[in-house]
Amino acid sequence: MNAPAAPHKLIKGATGDWEVVIGMEIHAQVTSNSKLFSGASTAFGGEPNSHVSLVDAAMPGMLPVINEECVRQAVRTGLGLNAKINLRSVFDRKNYFYPDLPQGYQISQYKSPIVGEGEVELELDGGRSVTIGIERLHLEQDAGKLLHDQSPTMSYVDLNRSGVALMEIVSKPDIRDAEQAKAYVTKLRSILRYLGTCDGDMEKGSLRADVNVSVRKPGGPLGTRCEIKNMNSVNFIGQAIEYEARRQIDIIEDGGTIDQETRLFDPNKVETRSMRSKEEAHDYRYFPDPDLLPLEFSQAFVDDLKAQLPELPDAKRSRFITGFGLSSYDASVLVAERESAEFYETVLAGLADKARDGKLAANWVINELFGRLNKESMDIASSPVSAAQLGAIVDLIGEGTISGKIAKDLFEIVWQEGGDPRELVETRGMKQVTDLGAIEKVVDDIIAANPDKVEQAKAKPQLVGWFVGQVMKSSGGKANPQAVNDLLKSKLGI
Amino acid sequence: MSVDATTVRRIAHLARIAVSDAEVPHLQGELNAILAFVEQLSEVNIEGVEPMTSVTPMEMKKRTDVVNDGEIADTIVGNAPDTMNHFFLVPKVVE
Repeated sequence: MNAPAAPHKLIKGATGDWEVVIGMEIHAQVTSNSKLFSGASTAFGGEPNSHVSLVDAAMPGMLPVINEECVRQAVRTGLGLNAKINLRSVFDRKNYFYPDLPQGYQISQYKSPIVGEGEVELELDGGRSVTIGIERLHLEQDAGKLLHDQSPTMSYVDLNRSGVALMEIVSKPDIRDAEQAKAYVTKLRSILRYLGTCDGDMEKGSLRADVNVSVRKPGGPLGTRCEIKNMNSVNFIGQAIEYEARRQIDIIEDGGTIDQETRLFDPNKVETRSMRSKEEAHDYRYFPDPDLLPLEFSQAFVDDLKAQLPELPDAKRSRFITGFGLSSYDASVLVAERESAEFYETVLAGLADKARDGKLAANWVINELFGRLNKESMDIASSPVSAAQLGAIVDLIGEGTISGKIAKDLFEIVWQEGGDPRELVETRGMKQVTDLGAIEKVVDDIIAANPDKVEQAKAKPQLVGWFVGQVMKSSGGKANPQAVNDLLKSKLGI
Repeated sequence: MSVDATTVRRIAHLARIAVSDAEVPHLQGELNAILAFVEQLSEVNIEGVEPMTSVTPMEMKKRTDVVNDGEIADTIVGNAPDTMNHFFLVPKVVE
């Protein structure tokens, strides 16, 4: 358990500092049309038991046949996690009895998963980064859904999700605080969405996390862990870890011991609590599923998938930094969501001079567009300003046709009314005045009208700012600020 | 390898099969007879032998990712003892 020594948060206790040790199991629903072992639809929602085949309902005599796309998706994900791909893996039966599991067992992978060890790099605030190890990734079936609130005596069973393919991605216990845990889930989600192997929709349950938390004295032996089950929000994960770590520290410092147990997070009370104690420990009695041969494929199959992988967030981020001079922070903001990155790339593609204006474009996408979208609680898909329009605005600034200030007005017009930015600049007379003669006239007028300020400026050169303001105001913001500044300085003799 | 009475009760419980105390000794005897029979396999030397997964070497069949099954909710719940609006109904289970 020698995790990379990245700076992380320690928690103060009565007996000194404590370190939190966290490992995660993420269940990610595989993006596919049909289920892992049947031809029924994976579509979300649907009438009860409509997306269910006789295989998913575990009718006698039904046999599973694996969906080759789910295999490809798992391999792609493994490659995206820089992980070892196992050319031979085995499906096992994980046996337990529950009404959401008609087979009486879940088909999963136990000793021989499809993907082995890998790693994920996290960028944290302040330019810190940390590498989190991946233990494994395996394919398994989702269970059905139970509704308990429909009747006082009965539970309702819907098997629409039963048999949908999941990837269980298990991290090593390398995560050291809530911030890293949140960054890990966010990064993993981002990678999955870039790869197109999971839609990452946490509200619909496409991505759920089980979090193992224990505490120890820094560098000391590992403590007993508790598993917080089934969380589907990044913020809840952070809150649950903070609460759970504090709870364990308090128990230990009061002379108690931690019971290894499964807990649930209650987002309303912001606390974790023990799931009603099970009558006995889980005994899954794993054994190889005799209905399924080992899953085997060639290295060529893997190489072919690798050759077709899209550019992933880390690579995109460094390309943005080195290619267009973006700050590390801006580049991270842009690549965090696949849609944001694609929008920025579309803006870039339309620019007249990418090298000159790439960074300016990033500022406009992040500050003006994202800022505005956030304010209006809109997402990028519904942005009233298209990538082409934003690109045109950036072009106009870059080539010196409009000032940055006018550009904001132009952005507002495009946001409200739409239209071609270049045409709008023409028809509404928004062009920056670079004609020195015209600017000079305005400058002369302002100087003539304010003899007292001219005197003061000779003693206090900072007053030039006031003059610049007056000239800009008088020109409706269209005068080239640099030209105004130069002219004023020479005329005022400062 | 053999099982004791406690193990028999545990296995029955894991499979959610109701087994009365009176039945336990009989089942224990049957299970132990099965285990003893299978135990004979341990006499075979399997040093270096790969587990056999099929009689003739073959690759696992795979399906293409198309939806060609399901949408048969009537059939799915057809044999269920209790249903409502195509849901299966089971005695309430709450964790």
